[in-house]
Amino acid sequence: MGEKEEQEMIEIYVMGKKYEVPKGLTIMTALEYAGYKFTRGCGCRGGFCGACPTVYRKKDDYKLRMDLACQTAVEDGMYLVQLPFVPAVREEYDLEEMDPSANDNILLEYYPAIARCVSCNTCTKSCPQELEVMDFVQAALRGDVQRCAELSFDCIQCGLCSMRCPADIKHYHLAQLARRIYGRYQQHKSDALTKRVEEVEKGAYDEELQKLVEMDEESLKERYEKRDITEG
Amino acid sequence: MDGYLYYPGCTLKTKASDYEESAMAVMEALDAPLVEMDDWYCCGAVQSLAADDIMHQIAPIRTLICAQEQGEREVVTLCDMCYNVLKRANLWMREHPDDLDTMNEFLDEDPDYEGNVEVYHLFEILRERKDDVKKRVKHKLDGLTVAPYYGCMLLRPSEVAIDDTENPSIMEGLLESIGADVLDNPKRTECCGSYHVVNRPDIVERRVEELVSRMGEMGADVIALSCPLCQYNLDSYQRSTGYDIPVLYLTELIALAFGLEAGLHKHRVDPGIMLKERGVLER
Repeated sequence: MGEKEEQEMIEIYVMGKKYEVPKGLTIMTALEYAGYKFTRGCGCRGGFCGACPTVYRKKDDYKLRMDLACQTAVEDGMYLVQLPFVPAVREEYDLEEMDPSANDNILLEYYPAIARCVSCNTCTKSCPQELEVMDFVQAALRGDVQRCAELSFDCIQCGLCSMRCPADIKHYHLAQLARRIYGRYQQHKSDALTKRVEEVEKGAYDEELQKLVEMDEESLKERYEKRDITEG
Repeated sequence: MDGYLYYPGCTLKTKASDYEESAMAVMEALDAPLVEMDDWYCCGAVQSLAADDIMHQIAPIRTLICAQEQGEREVVTLCDMCYNVLKRANLWMREHPDDLDTMNEFLDEDPDYEGNVEVYHLFEILRERKDDVKKRVKHKLDGLTVAPYYGCMLLRPSEVAIDDTENPSIMEGLLESIGADVLDNPKRTECCGSYHVVNRPDIVERRVEELVSRMGEMGADVIALSCPLCQYNLDSYQRSTGYDIPVLYLTELIALAFGLEAGLHKHRVDPGIMLKERGVLER
């Protein structure tokens, strides 16, 4: 702020209290402009960490909407509140102790509430990542760990789906378990990665690494700028 | 479409995979393959009886919309629970256009359901093709006494029954066409205890004892059925009867008669012993 230019202001309501904030801000920066300081419910500010779920409604609209505060612009007449935390139960498990092949549906065993899904799709509508949330819960229900893991790959664990679900399903915790089981037990292991790890352990790159460690900042920068990223 | 649009349901993909495997193999052998729907959702497993509970009708209707959007008018189910729920939800929406409107309003992100999809159970399809079944038989199951068991979901309520609710014969007909000795089973339409297995297993135990011991006394070698929940209950809760009667999906027996290897993996009472004793499987 501070520029001479006239800044267009809009009104928003934070937890019912009216504030004037500049147009064009995200919900997160608008809240800070209004004087709020985030000690929780704020992370990367780039839409990746899922720490800033927000609930709002627009002027003259009855629908409650959900999104990430760092990714959503404020609008005139918006009513909003932040959710710094979603207190959903995450079941305890030890990935190493599991035997998913011995169980027809291991996801259902840990998260039996998925059997209550009525296919209302409210979870999907609340997802700021626009994931097919209902579809990955349905995949879990039929024991398809891989599909559940793949459909939920971009989940950032904000928890909004579970806040909205009429069946009290914990979609994001379920999907995290699916991705862990898939990664640990089902996904094809990369041959190239195994080979590379062996090379690293044998010290194939130690000399090269040592050179980098000993470089001063300027030459390190220069080396970085000139690196060839087309190879391999 | 060649074959039939097939709605599996969750159980067919997990606990009842023997049923899916054998049904797929049998229908393939009859040149009428089951083609799984592109998209489908859990049916909800129980039909909600409250007239104003439209919420619990969403799941089956969503699946019928999937069939409609695939350009199909018929969908075939294997699981009796799924059959019952899909069929009743479909019927409800046809008879209550106001509820269908409410449903379509709620499903605003999907195309409207027009009410034109018909739900069938696999046995209805097999009944139509009974002559084909008979022709395809390689090894008749003579010498094997089979007790057909219908349970509730194929026959009740009568609006959705696939056969006469009091005196059904659809399974008997199919068993005859594969050459099995069919037991006239007086217990075939009684309830197995169903979902009570979750919180009142004592009820299921009582029901199953009554059913299985009667079938055992009458000389049943195996029990044939199609409901995965009945299968689970009859298979797991017959210990107290002193009998060890294999509880098989009818399609597993048809597959055996066709000379196909399909199913027979997941039964508590190992069917191998009885089937070898009766010469159905090689010793």
